[in-house]
This record gives sequence, C-alpha cells and structure tokens, in this order.
Amino acid sequence: MANSRLTPGVVAQRLGDQDYSRNFADKDPLLDTHEAAVAADRCYFCHDAPCVTACPTDIDIPMFIREIQTGNPQAAARTILEQNILGGMCARVCPTEQLCEEKCVREVAEGKPVEIGRLQRYATDTLMSADVHPFTRGAATGKKVAVVGAGPAGLSAAHRLAMKGHDVVIFDAREKPGGLNEYGIATYKTADNFAQREVDWLMQIGGITIETGKALGGDLTLDGLRGDYDAVFLAIGLAGVNALRAEGEEKTHVTDAVDFIAALRQAGDFGSVPVGRDVVVIGGGMTAVDAAVQSKLLGAEHVTMVYRRGRDAMSASEYEQDHAASKGVRIITGAAPLRLHGNGAVAEIEFAYTEAGPDGLTLTDNTFRLKADQVFKAIGQTLDGVPAGLELTGRKISVTGAGRTSLTGVWAGGDCAAGGDDLTVTAVAEGRDAAEDIHATLMGG
Amino acid sequence: MADLTTDFVGIKSPNPFWLASAPPTDKEYNVRRAFEAGWGGVVWKTLGAEGPPVVNVNGPRYGAIYGADRRLLGLNNIELITDRPLEVNLEEMANVKADYPDRALIASIMVPCEEKEWKAILPRVAETGCDGIELNFGCPHGMSERGMGSAVGQVPEYIEMVTRWCKQYYDRPVIVKLTPNITDIRYPARAAHNGGADAVSLINTVSSITSVNLDTMSPEPSIDGQGSHGGYCGPAVKPIALNMVAEIARDPETRGLPISGIGGVTTWRDAAEFLALGAGNVQVCTAAMTYGFRVVQEMASGLSQWMDEKGITSVDEVVGRATPNVTDWQFLNLNYIAKAKINEDLCIKCGRCYAACEDTSHQAIAMSEDRTFSVIDEECVACNLCVNVCPVEECITMEKMPNGATDPRTGKVVDDTYSNWTSHPNNPAATAAE
Ligand SMILES: Cc1cc2nc3c(=O)[nH]c(=O)nc-3n(C[C@H](O)[C@H](O)[C@H](O)COP(=O)(O)OP(=O)(O)OC[C@H]3O[C@@H](n4cnc5c(N)ncnc54)[C@H](O)[C@@H]3O)c2cc1C
Ligand SMILES: Cc1cc2nc3c(=O)[nH]c(=O)nc-3n(C[C@H](O)[C@H](O)[C@H](O)COP(=O)(O)O)c2cc1C
Ligand code: SF4
Repeated sequence: MANSRLTPGVVAQRLGDQDYSRNFADKDPLLDTHEAAVAADRCYFCHDAPCVTACPTDIDIPMFIREIQTGNPQAAARTILEQNILGGMCARVCPTEQLCEEKCVREVAEGKPVEIGRLQRYATDTLMSADVHPFTRGAATGKKVAVVGAGPAGLSAAHRLAMKGHDVVIFDAREKPGGLNEYGIATYKTADNFAQREVDWLMQIGGITIETGKALGGDLTLDGLRGDYDAVFLAIGLAGVNALRAEGEEKTHVTDAVDFIAALRQAGDFGSVPVGRDVVVIGGGMTAVDAAVQSKLLGAEHVTMVYRRGRDAMSASEYEQDHAASKGVRIITGAAPLRLHGNGAVAEIEFAYTEAGPDGLTLTDNTFRLKADQVFKAIGQTLDGVPAGLELTGRKISVTGAGRTSLTGVWAGGDCAAGGDDLTVTAVAEGRDAAEDIHATLMGG
Repeated sequence: MADLTTDFVGIKSPNPFWLASAPPTDKEYNVRRAFEAGWGGVVWKTLGAEGPPVVNVNGPRYGAIYGADRRLLGLNNIELITDRPLEVNLEEMANVKADYPDRALIASIMVPCEEKEWKAILPRVAETGCDGIELNFGCPHGMSERGMGSAVGQVPEYIEMVTRWCKQYYDRPVIVKLTPNITDIRYPARAAHNGGADAVSLINTVSSITSVNLDTMSPEPSIDGQGSHGGYCGPAVKPIALNMVAEIARDPETRGLPISGIGGVTTWRDAAEFLALGAGNVQVCTAAMTYGFRVVQEMASGLSQWMDEKGITSVDEVVGRATPNVTDWQFLNLNYIAKAKINEDLCIKCGRCYAACEDTSHQAIAMSEDRTFSVIDEECVACNLCVNVCPVEECITMEKMPNGATDPRTGKVVDDTYSNWTSHPNNPAATAAE
C-alpha cells in the first residue's frame, strides 16, 4: 500500500490487498441449499406467470423454481438454459428489479419478490460446477454460419446454431471472447473469471470455433463472409463512444468509462489500477454507475456521478443508484459539463444546472465546479464499424422479424441491432431467435 | 434422459404419471389439455349408471388445511361422481382416446351392487376404446350413503363379487380402487385379487372434517350452516397411502399384484417413493388441482434426472426397490445403536431440541450458560425427536455406534450381530436366537 485514499493525483495502490479482495468479491454470493429451499418455497407457481412475460428470454421461472423446491437444481438449470444459454451470466447481471422480480406477484403484494436471479444462479452454478453440459448437437447439416462478435448475442446464436447441427465460426476483434461479459460487466457481478468459464462451458456443445483478433472492417469483409458462409450473424455490439463536446475534453485523465472498466476487468491485480482521489463520472446509466462504484472500490476518496437530467430519467435502476450511494458515490442530477479546467491534466470540471423545457434541455446560468483529478465519460456507446450496404434505423442496424437485416443472408442482434434494451439478456434472446430463423431459412430452402 | 415409458398391466403410457379420477378428468376439455401438458394417462371422472345423473351441492365442496405461508397441505371434498350424463362422457372419452392413442385412458365406474347394472354399463364403456376400467370402491361421502363407493370397499365380499362380474363382462384390464377408510387394507386387496383384478389402485380419500367455524359452529366446508364429512387428500395423506401400498406389496397373498399408487403425489420424489414401495405407476389429483396441469413437467424432469443420477434406465427398475426393506417391528435389529449428535457449527441456538427432549423425552440434551447444546450419551435413546424438531437440516444427526464400543446409557458393549425382538430375553414368547 504505497499510497492512500488521500494521495493526490491518479495513482495505483491506494488500498491494501485485503481491501481489494473484499471490495471486488462476489456481490451476491451463491445461496446455500437451505437458503435456496427457503427462497424457492416462496414461489406460488403462478399461472401464465408475469415474471416469465417480463423475462426477455421467457425462461419458465415457476417451473425451474419448482424444480429447485423438489431438490433438483440440475433439472432447474436445464429449464433455464433451454431458453437462455447464458442463464448463469444473466443470473448475475440482469437488472431483475426491472425485469422478472419487478413483476413477481409477491413484489406487487408485499414489496418483496421471490429472489429469482439468485435462485437462477443457484441452479446454473450447481450444474456448471458438476461440469454437465445438458445439450447435444443435432446431426450435421453441412451448413456454415459466420458469427461476428463473441458477446452474449453472438455466443447465444452460435450455441443454438451448433445445437441444430450447423458449423459455426465466431470472429471477434478482441483478444478474448465474451464481449462485455468479459470487458464491461462490473467485476463484483462476475467474480472468479466467470465470463471465461461460461464461454468454455458453452463451447462443450461442439461445432463452434472462435477466432479472436479478427475484425470485420480489418481482416474480414461482409462480402467475403457472405461468399464463404451460408449465413452471417452480426453481433458487434456498440464499439464506439459518444463525445462529451465540452471544452477541455482532451486533457489528461479524461477518459471513456468503458476503457477504464475494461482495463480493470483485465487487470490481474486490482492494486495495479490507478484511480484519482477526486473522480467525476459523467452519465446516468449502468456504465456510469459501474465506473463510479468501482473507482470508489479502488480507493478514490470522492466520487461524484453527474447526470444532465432528473433521477427518473436515469437508465441506471433505482437499485443500481442505491447501490452506488451505499458505496459512497454522490449522485448529482440536472447538471451538464461546460468545461474542464487544469494545466495539462484535469483539475476541476465546471457544470451548469439544466432546465427541462418545451424545446428540450437547456443550460441555466447557475454553475458550479467540482474538484476532479480524473473524469470518466459514460454518456453512451455507439455503433462503430458497421459495413456499408446495411440499412440503419437511427444509429443501429435495421432489423425485421428475428433479426433479418436489409441484406439477404445477413442477420443482426444484440446491442448493434435496432429495438430492445441494451442488456445482456436481450442480446441472448435476440441471438437465440436469429439462430432459429437462420436455421429455418437454411433448412427450408 | 431416462426413459419414463411405463407398461402397467399391459397399458402403455409415455410416463408413469396419470391423473386420478376427479374433477381434472371430468371432461374432454380438461383431459385434452392435460395430455398436451404431458400427463401419461388419465382415469376419467367416475361414471354412474344410465339415467339422470347425480347432483352436487351448490355451495363449497372443498375445505383446506394450510402450512406456513398458506401452502395447501390437505384438501377435503364432498363432491360426488360425475354429474354429467353418461352418454356425454362416453362420447368424449371415445373422442379423446382416438386423438391420443399413446396415452392411457381408463374409465372409472361406480354403479349399484347388482350384476345387471355392471353388465349394462361395461359394454358401453368398452365401445369407447378406453384401455381399462377402474372400479371406484372408495368414495367415502354421499355415494356411500347410497350403498356404493366405500360402502362396497369396506366389505371384501362385495369387492370380490363385483370384480368377478367385471372380469366376466369386460375383456380389458380391471383395476380396483380401494378406500383407506378401513382397518386393514390387506383384506380388500386380497378380495380384489381373488375376484381376478388385474391391479389395485389406492388410496381414495380419507373421511374427514377439515375444520369448524367457531363463529357459526358449522364444520367446513359449510353449506348453509351445516357440513358433512368429506374425503381428505393431498400431501397430508401421503404417509397413509405409502403404508397401504407397502402393506399390499409385501403381503404374501397379494405379492406381485400390480398397484397404482395414489395419495398426495405432488413432486417427482413422492412418485419415486410410491414406485419404490411397489407401485407400478402413480395417480395425481390434488397437486394438479392446486398448481395446474403443468406440475407434471417437474415430476417427469425430476424423476428422469434422478434415474440418470442413479444409473436407472427404466421405471420398472424402480418399482419395488424398497419393498424388501419394509418389515414388521419384531424383525427390526435391536442391536443397532445410535446416538444423536449436534453439529455446533450449524446450530443456531434456538433450543427447540432441548425443549423437546427435556420436556417430553429423555432429558438427554444439555444446555450451557452460553446456549451451547450437546447430547448426553448416557441418556440418549436415539428417538430422533430432536432431529425432527430442529429447524436446520443436517444439524442434528443420528450416528451409529461402532461395533465394540460401550453404550454409556446401558453400559453394554455394542455387538454388530443382528438380533430382534423374537429372540429377546424380555419377550415371553421368545424363540432361541439363530
Ligand atoms: C460497463 C457496462 C456495464 C454493463 N452492465 C450490465 C449489466 O449489469 N446488466 C446487463 O444486463 N447489461 C449490462 N450492460 C449491457 C450489456 O453488457 C450489453 O447489452 C451486452 O453485452 C450486449 O451484447 P452484444 O453481444 O450485443 O454486444 P457486446 O457484448 O458488446 O459484444 C460485441 C462483441 O463484438 C466484438 N466486435 C465489435 N466490433 C467488431 C468488429 N468490427 N469485428 C469483430 N468483432 C467486433 C466486440 O469485441 C465484442 O466482443 C453493461 C454494459 C456496459 C458497457
Ligand atoms: C374433488 C375430488 C373429487 C374426487 N372424485 C373422485 C371420483 O369421482 N372417483 C374416484 O375414484 N376418486 C375421486 N377422488 C379421489 C381422487 O381420485 C384421489 O384418489 C384422491 O384425491 C387422492 O389423491 P391426491 O392426494 O393426489 O388428491 C376425488 C378427489 C377429489 C379431490
Ligand atoms: S374455482 Fe372458483 S370460480 Fe371456478 S367454479 Fe370454483 S368457485 Fe367458481
């Protein structure tokens, strides 16, 4: 511990090793058998259950919970994974408070939902720790499908396609597969290298090859893939980031939150990751919360999140906001950055309060300054490197039905495709459904 | 995934889960949906004789017993047999059977105890193409007052006589459904066997009053301030049913007689227990009425997962596995000596074991100032009460004493050789030890 919370500037080693391991440990540890039994017992096995409707992958939640109740977590896992092959990751990262658990009849009645996410993790972890892969490949079809992007959408599509007997090659620009599961999700949600373990487990289906370090637009072209494969599934996520458009954005220690998070996820040793004493995060989504919370966990003294609209408009859920607050993050809403001050490195950042009017958001004359030796920009990711010839809707790839793009033989899903929330679970659902449609198309002709 | 296909007295079904004769099987609409949900077979709601159908009460027919969090543990009903015309039921049965040839369809029948009545209905039932019949000798309310249902089931001679008629006038399997409202289940089972039954099914419901409303002083369910005893079913009756199944399975006179196990089957585990005690399949009513038809999916996935884990490949291999381990009390090994053991790491210090043992058993648990609970081996008779009342699973366990150790309660050396009451010195009728 060379430094402390009070050391000025952006430095590593603010905390002791024990603090790091405690801070970045599993946030909601695995339920034990008794806890799972008690939690499962609360499920009413509702008819046409609202939780299922709220799950983007339509997991048969009452059924898997009943299977846990009856002492059969492996059967429960199978029920989950049939619908959502990344059920293990989703159990950890889904904002359940906005999805299944929000709609649980016990949430509505008592304000205390059945703990669906944690029960899902109990089931999937049980199966994965027994190293069971409950699915087998269908007879080989002789068809080849290229998947671009090894994030949740790409992995989900690849698994479903492999199950149907197709040969799948996944290309990814990064060094490791997993997409944001590996490079984005908060460390404490996916402790113990879960993202890679899950990819390894998923690959047990067979018939899938992953080629990392291969980028569409680099080594690969869409035309080339269309020529070499029977179908192409694009799952490239959102590789770009929005600019702040504030004066002084180029100063040292003003970086993209996603890069900070990716570096943190890849750091073998948390103590090696430098962090400021006074950190300011700009944005109101999950990325902003994760950057802010993890800065705090790395030992920053003051961390402030600043969002330009009101609290209700923040895309981070109330639960995420409370989590940030519980870690000591201050949240300021209704303020936008004007300029960053500092001589070379950032030292202060100046904000103006905003006002919502009929013409949208306007800046008021009321300004304030925050001390900042490190600033993270988390104001949204954008589609980057989309091949020419694909129609766009807004800033995403247009799709109809189960992910069909404007080009025949090319499907898209996950964050890069229009429609649906930018969530892991939505990416999994879109990947799965596109795979079904690709299969039907390839086999129908 | 293990194969759940079942052949019960020659009747094939894709799994051993049948719906018992009751409201879930009272019409074509239900039965089709049940088959779509995955049930292996159904026993149609009991048919009565030709003519005006019975009438049901027009107020509540059910009463319930709940566990914590309002989990339904027991259900009681005063419903009669089908109250729809015979022709309608027969036509619907024929339609369903034609569309679901791979599922079992059984007709349940209850007509007065006269040969001509049975002779009249059996050919009509046969025409539906159903796979067999079940004779309802079990209903404990209403029908019994009219000399049918359990009124027949309680008289072994009647059971035998009616079974014989059915075997004479019907050429497919005849299953005799038994009432538990009797002192020794072996007698009606033997009567069915002697009458030529292909199988017995049990249990039907247990005569009961669920509760009394202390404001109105009416038993529940209450019809205009009065109630009548009804039939109890659901998880609460499972232990009664398991014992009766085992009794028939191990009775030398009925051994080998196929049994359809009924009573409280709610999960795959319940079903596996019935099978292990000798049932060739199971029937379910209350679980479906509580949770809907979809519960069968958990039963099927759970049973098949368990069979896979045990390396069991067919349902037949499960049937009767536990039957040889059911014995009479007099044959239990009196040289098996155990002591309770409290795991202090798991103990949450509630003290329930202490209260139970101190107040009502053998004063064999010690409690220290800091609420540490430990077993006094000198006093412990291994009755298991502390295990049963402990809220923490596996916290208190029964540990067998090893051969050669001295039991501090009796001062005797533990001897691993088997010895039972029949040769015990305190037994006035003791025979010499073998
Ligand atoms: C910091 C952060 C935290 C988040 N936390 C949560 C959370 O807690 N819960 C939740 O549900 N969601 C969360 N999300 C959102 C979630 O991660 C995404 O919605 C999800 O990962 C989208 O999956 P995807 O497969 O579409 O894209 P990605 O996961 O982004 O994967 C895309 C893949 O494509 C590759 N790629 C990109 N361009 C190319 C190219 N040209 N050629 C080849 N490969 C390419 C990338 O390397 C990447 O591996 C978070 C997002 C961020 C940024
Ligand atoms: C409402 C109700 C009606 C029933 N009607 C019949 C019937 O018509 N014929 C019959 O043989 N059994 C009847 N039964 C008994 C069931 O078939 C079954 O034997 C009993 O409910 C025990 O099984 P369970 O614990 O799974 O419910 C009925 C049970 C209920 C709850
Ligand atoms: S379940 Fe309720 S609504 Fe349906 S018939 Fe019975 S009392 Fe009426």
